Amino acid sequence: MPTVSSRGDAMRGLAVFISDIRNCKSKEAESKRINKELANIRSKFKGDKTLDGYSKKKYVCKLLFIFLLGHDIDFGHMEAVNLLSSNKYTEKQIGYLFISVLVSSNSDLMKLIIQNIKNDISSPKPVHVNLALHCIANIGSVEMSEAFGQEVPKLLVSAHASASVKQSAALCLLRLIRTLPEAMTYAEWASRVIHLLNDQHMWLTAATSLIHTLSQLSPGDYKGCVSLAVSRLSRIVTSTYTDLQDYTYYFVPAPWLSVKLLRLLQCYPVPEEPAVRGRLVECLETILNKCQEPPKSKKVQHSNSKNAVLFEAINLIIHIDSEPNLLVRACNQLGQFLQHRETNLRYLALESMCLLAGSEFSADAVKKHRETVINALKTERDVSVRQRAVDLLYAMCDKTNSEEIVAEMLAYLKKADYAIREEMVLKVAILSEKYASDYTWYVDTILKLIRVAGDYVSEEVWHRVIQIVINRDDAQGYAAKTVFENLQAPACHENMVKVGGYILGEFGNLIAGDERSSPLVQFNLLHSKFHLCTPSTRALLLSTYIKFINLFPEIKPTIQNVLQNNNQLRNADVELQQRALEYSQLSSITSQDVLATVLEEMPPFPERESSILAKLKKKKPASVQVSLVGCFMCKDHATMSVLLNHIPVWVSLTPYLSPTFASVQVNYYIISTNASSNYTIVLFQQCLYMDAFDDVLTLPADLGESPSTESTEHANRPFMFKNSGVLFENALIQVGVKCEFKEQYGRVGLFFGNKTGNQLQNFAAAVSLGPEHQGKINVATQKEPPSQIDGGAQVQHFINLECISMFSGSPNLQLRYQHSSAPQQVTLKLPVIINKFMEGVDMNSGDFFSRWKQLGQPTQETQKIFQARHPIDTEAARTKLTGFGMCALTNVDPNPENLVGSGIIKTKTSQIGCLLRLEPNKQAKMYRLTVRSSVGEAAALICSMLEEHF
Amino acid sequence: SCINMIRFILIQNRAGKTRLAKWYMQFDDDEKQKLIEEVHAVVTVRDAKHTNFVEFRNFKIVYRRYAGLYFCICVDVTDNNLAYLEAIHNFVEVLNEYFHNVCELDLVFNFYKVYTVVDEMFLAGEIRETSQTKVIQQLLMLQNLE
Repeated sequence: MPTVSSRGDAMRGLAVFISDIRNCKSKEAESKRINKELANIRSKFKGDKTLDGYSKKKYVCKLLFIFLLGHDIDFGHMEAVNLLSSNKYTEKQIGYLFISVLVSSNSDLMKLIIQNIKNDISSPKPVHVNLALHCIANIGSVEMSEAFGQEVPKLLVSAHASASVKQSAALCLLRLIRTLPEAMTYAEWASRVIHLLNDQHMWLTAATSLIHTLSQLSPGDYKGCVSLAVSRLSRIVTSTYTDLQDYTYYFVPAPWLSVKLLRLLQCYPVPEEPAVRGRLVECLETILNKCQEPPKSKKVQHSNSKNAVLFEAINLIIHIDSEPNLLVRACNQLGQFLQHRETNLRYLALESMCLLAGSEFSADAVKKHRETVINALKTERDVSVRQRAVDLLYAMCDKTNSEEIVAEMLAYLKKADYAIREEMVLKVAILSEKYASDYTWYVDTILKLIRVAGDYVSEEVWHRVIQIVINRDDAQGYAAKTVFENLQAPACHENMVKVGGYILGEFGNLIAGDERSSPLVQFNLLHSKFHLCTPSTRALLLSTYIKFINLFPEIKPTIQNVLQNNNQLRNADVELQQRALEYSQLSSITSQDVLATVLEEMPPFPERESSILAKLKKKKPASVQVSLVGCFMCKDHATMSVLLNHIPVWVSLTPYLSPTFASVQVNYYIISTNASSNYTIVLFQQCLYMDAFDDVLTLPADLGESPSTESTEHANRPFMFKNSGVLFENALIQVGVKCEFKEQYGRVGLFFGNKTGNQLQNFAAAVSLGPEHQGKINVATQKEPPSQIDGGAQVQHFINLECISMFSGSPNLQLRYQHSSAPQQVTLKLPVIINKFMEGVDMNSGDFFSRWKQLGQPTQETQKIFQARHPIDTEAARTKLTGFGMCALTNVDPNPENLVGSGIIKTKTSQIGCLLRLEPNKQAKMYRLTVRSSVGEAAALICSMLEEHF
Repeated sequence: SCINMIRFILIQNRAGKTRLAKWYMQFDDDEKQKLIEEVHAVVTVRDAKHTNFVEFRNFKIVYRRYAGLYFCICVDVTDNNLAYLEAIHNFVEVLNEYFHNVCELDLVFNFYKVYTVVDEMFLAGEIRETSQTKVIQQLLMLQNLE
């Protein structure tokens, strides 16, 4: 046991207890010892004798130790709070420590704690003030922000407070601001806080952190800090290590403060005043110069702290991005680090260079290090360093070096760590697409990717190669030939079969002239893989086969045999069974002309952001700096949109149908009876591959008469039972919605996706409350929606709502935007319906019927008797009722066929209880629906909302 | 978000026993336990040839091993690695001076004092005081208070 200090804070009993615990041979022994101690402490706290401060401190400290061992502590909180009012520092300290570690912010004791903190914060003893400030900072709750948001700044700028108190006050304030930014008034303190940077004491690291955050929150008020920060930085970098004494760390003057100042300066654009700017550039040059000087110490602490400043300076140089000389010097310095023996430095140099690669001034200087970086990929032992090398290669890739870089990445992929393979695959796919000068290289690269790392090739990647091949006439013949060759390998990855199946189904005819790849050879090759594949791939191959029937009528009987084989027709997989059946029917009952039209070559895909890039962005939002939009122009998607826009019957069904093949068939028949055959053909063709491309082909839902004004009066009915989905979609825009409701509050997240390649301009989305909703719903938006949406982009917009009192219907959302200078306007119903504010209430039979009787007044009941619209099914009805927001009660109604439910509508002004009873009459296929509520209108409303859903 | 701050500081031994856990973000108890275990799993597999930085969830851990103890600071990915690496060392030197050649047991028996040292040097997820002289002066002053 180490010697326990003999000063006033020693607690021998605690040291003994800790020793005992350490000497326990087993978990059981430890628990036993702890329980004994807990019993002892409990009896001391409960005893008649008032404990002295020392004992209280000791026991509270023991409780804390027990808690830190991982045991629950359910007493002692009050004693800890009592310690706060002690006059002795050591007792106070233990009290505050216990509270900071153990008391949750919603504790009942919080009022008492806050009172104690208030006393200490105004104490004349700086050590007590600091304990209080540290406690506020450690707890950092909203309550703390509200209680001390005004007090703490006063200490910070007080003339009397010591540097130590100011340090604590600065960071305490920072914590309160992060907790509750709106509780602070920023402008008021700005000038005095900024001028802390002039303070002659060197306690400024804390103050600079505070100013940094304030500058991010309120840049205008704090922009005066720029020139002061530059002066301060200048004084530090030009000082010698002896000048700053206490703040020199291994011969480096104030490294942490320098880093903080350099980060602060990255909040603002480069200073405009020439003097300030000149001084800043000098500082940065000095920092770069110092790296060339011989080191003052061989200790790693010296070089680390020097380089901490250097890397931050380079970040600032990149941020300024207008000093070519500094950028190139930074790059050269990092180039030296690339070969340094310290792994840390090599790692950081790769990371930092990645940013330099994005600047036009340093991009070329970065590219000079290509060899070294490729070498790092091959030799580094730490996977995270190799990862940075991959990132840097990706960032420095351009037309001139893309073939080499892609080749090196492909070579590395074979032995790359599993953790980074998927990301590498995405990167290779993006680079090969972006820099493809000819499409043979692109196709080769992607197929090689599938060969080398097939398991890591995500759907996005193989979908993308198909999209590109379909959109590029010049790539199709080569693609067909190459996939055919690849498929000949004895073991080929399933993704290769998918790509091969798709491409040959579309373009197999382009290579069918060669007898080595005749139609039958192609078919046999694909079909030889069929049995080894998963059902989804087999389903895709069946689509290829029906396409083959059209492309190669001479092998129709062979294919029909396969389709009509019992392996397919009686397959356990419904999808396969249905496809086989329908394709075989389609091929036998239709004429060759119809078949040719239905199975025509796929039209080009609409131009959009690469789905691969989107995926990479999702994985690594910060590292993607390459944009692909516009790389591949689509030939003809306008025509397709026009065609699709004229199919109202089908489209009106879309909200109810999932885009699987099975549902397509349903639509096919509906359309045959309702619309002209032309439309049928287009649709059928679109749907053929929809299972594989459901994210690509989202059909427009333009329901309106006039092309520019649309509305969705009835379209949000499904939202009565669900909280998310596609609210609206046409050829230009998709509006997704995701809502959350809790008590009377609602939060509606809207996602506006621009489906076109062009920017949607003058975009506006506003909730409009009609007279029927005024005063019943409060609406607040956190932020204005953006005024434009870039082509292919999706933006979010959040709306907060509060239900004040009962309402019917839903508020409107007005969308306005401009596409190709044509103004568009859409009125949507937000899925905010009164039942969203309902919470189910579980109760037993007795309670239910006694309440039911209480609500027996004629005005409190609405009853409807109606024809069942859906087959009578108690389970389905129960699910609907639950989705509606009520609790479906079991064992309440003596008749099990009847359904009873209860719920409370929570509004700001009232809570409305609702009870429901649904009685089916199976013979007559009728329902009787009875709703009772304390508010008669609510009963009527719920009854009318629900009647058409059973 | 552009918030850059320390999310937590952990001191663990090789066996995974926590010697200090200081949280600067709200985590519930289960989450804390999970983080402690994950950090241990992530850092103990690394050797001297590896960097002192490791990606961790959406953050990164800057860590350094001293004998059997790992000192770990969790910060945001864009924060300055070397500054935190040296902040750890600065902290360790202070502990070493305060406890006269600190060892793991000092941290166990004096756990309540270690919190004071941390609060002097780090507060609210930020670096508070960096001067060893100043911190030691303050700690000795506090030590002599009743």
